[in-house]
Amino acid sequence: MFNTALTWNDLVFLAQGAGMTLMVTAVSVAAGTVLGIVFGLIRVQCGPYWSAPLTFALDVFRSVPLLIQLVLGNALQSIMKLGWPPFTTSCVVLSLYTAAYCTEIVRGGIGAVPPTTRRAARSLGMTWWQDMRYIVAPLATRVSLPSWIGLTLGVMKDSALVLWLGLIELLRASQILVTRLQEPLFILLICGAIYFIISFPIARLGGYLEKRWSPND
Amino acid sequence: MIEIENVHKSFGELKVLKGINLTVDKGEVLTVIGGSGSGKSTLLTCINGLEPIDSGRIVVDGTDVHARGTDLNKLRRKIGIVFQQWNAFPHLTVLENVMLAPRKVLGLSKAEAEEIAVKQLTHVGLAEKLSVYPNRMSGGQQQRMAIARALAMSPEYMLFDEVTSALDPMLVGEVLDTLRMLASEGMTMICVTHEMKFAREVSDRVAFFHQGIMAEIAAPEQLFDAPQHPETKKFLAATH
Ligand SMILES: Nc1ncnc2c1ncn2[C@@H]1O[C@H](COP(=O)(O)OP(=O)(O)OP(=O)(O)O)[C@@H](O)[C@H]1O
Ligand SMILES: [Mg+2]
Repeated sequence: MFNTALTWNDLVFLAQGAGMTLMVTAVSVAAGTVLGIVFGLIRVQCGPYWSAPLTFALDVFRSVPLLIQLVLGNALQSIMKLGWPPFTTSCVVLSLYTAAYCTEIVRGGIGAVPPTTRRAARSLGMTWWQDMRYIVAPLATRVSLPSWIGLTLGVMKDSALVLWLGLIELLRASQILVTRLQEPLFILLICGAIYFIISFPIARLGGYLEKRWSPND
Repeated sequence: MIEIENVHKSFGELKVLKGINLTVDKGEVLTVIGGSGSGKSTLLTCINGLEPIDSGRIVVDGTDVHARGTDLNKLRRKIGIVFQQWNAFPHLTVLENVMLAPRKVLGLSKAEAEEIAVKQLTHVGLAEKLSVYPNRMSGGQQQRMAIARALAMSPEYMLFDEVTSALDPMLVGEVLDTLRMLASEGMTMICVTHEMKFAREVSDRVAFFHQGIMAEIAAPEQLFDAPQHPETKKFLAATH
């Protein structure tokens, strides 16, 4: 069939790389989303004036290239003698990067809930928290979902940059094989296919939830 | 009893309420009429504490609404309000819309809340629509759902802010019928409305607002047939 030097073990090696990509992405998206919700709430509740320092910090994370953030983050942790392994450093930097984008998504989602709807909730005697929990959260989630899925897929691809800190994720694993086997096209094709296989379910999940929720709006 | 004493309220520079004095007794139906921007909606939102006031006092059953220690969430349980925009919770079915506050605010069990919700929805003629989402209903039906949602908290007072203004003329009747029914059951109500015929029919008293002042308040026959204030005369002449 194919005339390739790629062995079963090499495929396992790629799969391990994919596992690392998934791990870094999962941790960063989870932590970034939680932080993003917290930061988004702070920005909405405190108003532009009091949240200005936070807004500024998040703008920095959104505008400086991720690669530079990773390298600087790694340098910082070593200067501060934190002794973090590359995985931890990568996850911390990527989480903050994700949080910076997620904050905007959360803010937009909360802003999309009509004030009159929230007023109706409060007029029934619901507390601020109950309004948030039962009215704002479900409605904002629906609005934000497409952007959040887009962010997740983006972070998954951007996570390839953690190879600069020495982590062997999917792209780095492919590079290693390319160097050794000298079959760049074939190996990169497989690498791309694996990215697609892990992204596709996430994209479909988004489509499914959107469809499920849409008749109710 | 709702006692409103010399209430002033402004939005920035704009003085919206300029010293309102008004007492609404238990069981009374008061309608409020007046031109656009005269402060009618603002007064209603001040009564249940959705908007703060600048000075004066609003006392509901002995509780000063705007005093520092007042638990507004608790107070709002007994003051239902329905707005011009019906404000359905779009992610919940009709039944869930009505059950939500009784469950979460009053802490009722699911079965208890459902019983109350079904009862109120039947009351306003929506017994067939329990599992429908609001966007599948007409404006009149959504507005009646909003009324049922407020009634499910067993309020002692109901405030209605132009609840028929955003409706097609065809649908106004069904909502007014619901209000008539509540009035006949003895609910204490303050209705801001542009429906003069309705006001004349259900009200114990009618108040006319003009530029942040309550220019005139009287029994409906008196206010509509023999208005005293020149602005009332002008307003009624323009709306007839
Ligand atoms: N949240 C707000 N912020 C600033 N101004 C407001 C706000 N709400 C109302 N106003 C202003 O206060 C004035 C009185 O408004 P209000 O809604 O009480 O009038 P209304 O008598 O209900 O009029 P309408 O018949 O048009 O509903 C208007 O000039 C309005 O623009
Ligand atoms: Mg109004």
